[in-house]
Amino acid sequence: MEHIVIIGNGISGVTLARHIRKLSNKKITIISAETDYFFSRTALMYVYMGHMKFEHTQPYENWFWKKNRIELKKGYVKNVETKSKTLHFAEGDTMQYDKLIIATGSKPNKFGWPGQDLNGVMGMYHKQDLDNLEKHAPNKEVCKRAVIVGGGLIGIELAEMLNSRSIPVTFLVREDSFWNGVLPKGESEMINRHIKNHHIDLRLSTNLKEIKSDENGNVKSVIIEETGEEIPCNVVGLTAGVTPNIDFLKGSEIELGRGVKVNRFLETNISDVYAIGDCAEQHEAIGNRRPIEAVWYTGRMMGETLAQTICGNKIEYKPGHWFNSAKFLDIEYQTYGWVFGVRGRPEHEKHFHWKHNDDTKCITVAYHKNTKEFLGINTFGIRMRHETFDTWLTEKRNVDYVINHLSEANFDPEFYSKFENEILTAYNKQLQTA
Amino acid sequence: MSNKLNHSMSLAKPDAVDITNKQKIALAVGVIGLFILVLALFNTNFPNKAVFLSLSLGLITVGTIIYAREAYLTKLEGIKNDGVWFKSISSRGVWGWIVGVILTTFYIVLYFFPKYLGLGSDGEANAGLIGLFDPLSQLLSGRNASQWFVYGTLYTVAILAFGYKFILKYRHNRYQQIRTVSVMFFQLGFAFLIPEFMYVMNNDLPYYDLKSIWPLNYYIFDEWSVNGFLSNGNIGLALILFGIISIFVITPILTYKYGKRWYCSWVCGCGGLAETAGDSFRQLSSKKMSAWKLERWLIHTVLVFSVVMTTAMIYTYLGYDKNDFWLTRDVFISLVIGFLTLVFAAVMFFRRQELGKDAKFGAIGFFSVIALLLIMHFTGTTEHIFYIKAGALRSAYGIYIGSIFSGVIGTGFYPILGNRSWCRFGCPMAAILGFQQRLFSKFRITTNGGQCISCGNCSNSCEMGIDVRAYAQKGENIVRSSCVGCGICSAVCPRGVLKLENDSMKGRINPTEILLGNDVDLMDLVNQK
Repeated sequence: MEHIVIIGNGISGVTLARHIRKLSNKKITIISAETDYFFSRTALMYVYMGHMKFEHTQPYENWFWKKNRIELKKGYVKNVETKSKTLHFAEGDTMQYDKLIIATGSKPNKFGWPGQDLNGVMGMYHKQDLDNLEKHAPNKEVCKRAVIVGGGLIGIELAEMLNSRSIPVTFLVREDSFWNGVLPKGESEMINRHIKNHHIDLRLSTNLKEIKSDENGNVKSVIIEETGEEIPCNVVGLTAGVTPNIDFLKGSEIELGRGVKVNRFLETNISDVYAIGDCAEQHEAIGNRRPIEAVWYTGRMMGETLAQTICGNKIEYKPGHWFNSAKFLDIEYQTYGWVFGVRGRPEHEKHFHWKHNDDTKCITVAYHKNTKEFLGINTFGIRMRHETFDTWLTEKRNVDYVINHLSEANFDPEFYSKFENEILTAYNKQLQTA
Repeated sequence: MSNKLNHSMSLAKPDAVDITNKQKIALAVGVIGLFILVLALFNTNFPNKAVFLSLSLGLITVGTIIYAREAYLTKLEGIKNDGVWFKSISSRGVWGWIVGVILTTFYIVLYFFPKYLGLGSDGEANAGLIGLFDPLSQLLSGRNASQWFVYGTLYTVAILAFGYKFILKYRHNRYQQIRTVSVMFFQLGFAFLIPEFMYVMNNDLPYYDLKSIWPLNYYIFDEWSVNGFLSNGNIGLALILFGIISIFVITPILTYKYGKRWYCSWVCGCGGLAETAGDSFRQLSSKKMSAWKLERWLIHTVLVFSVVMTTAMIYTYLGYDKNDFWLTRDVFISLVIGFLTLVFAAVMFFRRQELGKDAKFGAIGFFSVIALLLIMHFTGTTEHIFYIKAGALRSAYGIYIGSIFSGVIGTGFYPILGNRSWCRFGCPMAAILGFQQRLFSKFRITTNGGQCISCGNCSNSCEMGIDVRAYAQKGENIVRSSCVGCGICSAVCPRGVLKLENDSMKGRINPTEILLGNDVDLMDLVNQK
């Protein structure tokens, strides 16, 4: 029986394993050094905040794996010998495979800051980071202040986590407005204000120079690059993005770039070796997507796709319309299609922006300035229907149609206030003045 | 394995999520209010009972209100679940067990030993706790309090005070607010005030909470109850007709249009308490597959028990006067069997496919009920059915289901089993509504395409123990008989994935293999199998 070995028990690897099981009788093994069972990485924050316990982040009960004949192996793969199809574990043992899938995800970026390996400095990615945070920041008496470096999705989640335990947070963001590499100006600025409303000390256009240590090797303070200011703190969160977690493949014959290089079939240069999820790097980006997509949904889609290939129905990774979501403290964010911030925005992309008076809801609709084709929408504080926008994008609707039919896409709970009329009025007004 | 490292029994040790000084004062105020009740329980003779009763209930309410305002109004609107799994009371810690034991003890005394609460027997005056409530009862209906009046008052105060807290907690969520106002209204008006006023108008009428429908209201068709209604002319007749119409007309229509939530989380008193005072315990319900299996067996067993018991009850007293009333035993038993057969046939005809292998269990259940009824009919005498005294069946139901299951376990175990264990495992009304919700209703929780991140907030906060995430992460709508439509899964979802909706029956149940957002050809290939 063919032995399929998957390194990594995240969403990509587990989705792949589940779908292979549905399609075939192959022997499946999932290897992880992080945890015994699959858990939802995006939910780690809620464990620290006390909304859930760690076991609640596990989408399947523990009997699920045996019932579906998916073997789980806890171990750290030290290196991969592709010629003999052998994995060597740090623990000393080995494993043979017929097909190997690398789904090892990411690790937090460290940019060589002095002091970046001190006690109390951590990313927020792995289960171990959560344990580490619980140790260094159990409450506001032990952790008098935390400094977060890097203004992205993980950074703001970490800020929310610490805030839930009343630990004062200083949030250092390199850009002059939160996540404005991705978000258009109006949205990014609304989130700036929302962060400050939560009493988080947001410092824009601010870089970390170094992290200072006390006599025991613990974090004592950070120094700001621009001003030289010293901020005393007990915890430093490094959340300046992630890179593929593939160091163990260096020295193997598998072709690496920043991630594991794959073609559209998610195959590496070595036959019977594949890569999916955060650690896979496309030779050429697909559409507007990045070559490395470190997103939950794309990891899942690659798993769904590769299962077909492995079970004999070879198909390309061909994702549909882009979508994503996040939550910034109390404000939910969803995006469908493409809406660019200042960076990378094509010349033909024009925006319509509407913001509610209460400063917690807004939308940005992107469209082609000549053809008026609807390109995408960012929505904050108003839930919208994925299926509706997916259909409109496929049908290449124009922006007028979308704005006039926005109520069809509303996904807010019953009895919520509706804003479609207000949005339509603002849209018509903008057209008159433009 | 718990991720919380500092589980400590020490009162001095600072917890990760502490309460403010103002909240401590509010707690003290509420505890003083409760303490007055405890003093009364131990037969303290208060000089002016009306003043002390008002003081007690007032302090409890004010304490809850101050506590809630400090907890929620000092922060921005949003989800307020920080630390629920750290706090001892809401995570089966020491405080959780203490409260559980106190509540359970209270229920046991209330149901089985009311004299310890001070109930005067044989015309004696009330003393103790029940005596303290005499002035309020006199004010409302001109009679002295009973243990049920005390219980009803405390129940209503709890729903009102904690309802206020719940409204503040979800002040960004109109669905939650309106729903909570609704349960507060139905408790105060229908369960508490109207029956008292009805007594004032006509003191022969049995206690009747109009919103409490058979089989949840299992005593409505008892002989004393039916006689009570029928001996009171048109008003009594109207009330009992309303009870029957509620079951056979109002309930099916509303459940078809809105799902069982119209009752369970908008009207019902048990649901009202669970959603307000019980809200802090919702995360404690078990989401295991094994719990689901237990639930299905238990709740349907109770349903069968209640149907057979009620039929048997009515059957025995119909026997007394068969000559002067068209509804004889033969007619009645035929009606019951005919109705059940009609329901069974309709389900098998329209929904055989959906039921899958559950159809077998349904059929077994149906035929065993029919068999039971026939055995009853052919072996029964005026006194005995199934060779046991008819009254024994009814009182067994009253004790084991009505008192122990719904009260002692259902509410007493809030801090251990979660706030809806009665609704989930026992309530026969919920079983009937759920059956219809699963098969003939427009209600569902819609999943938003491929947006789920499997975080588990929805499952965690489901008081009915539904593993909501299991559906959401497959992009599948949630159509479950147990769902009471509280809407908290939708509220806590960080990615806007869940929406409670009433929509057409078509496409309501939509199992998928591959979620929206992937290759359309792949979706077609896999999902159309």
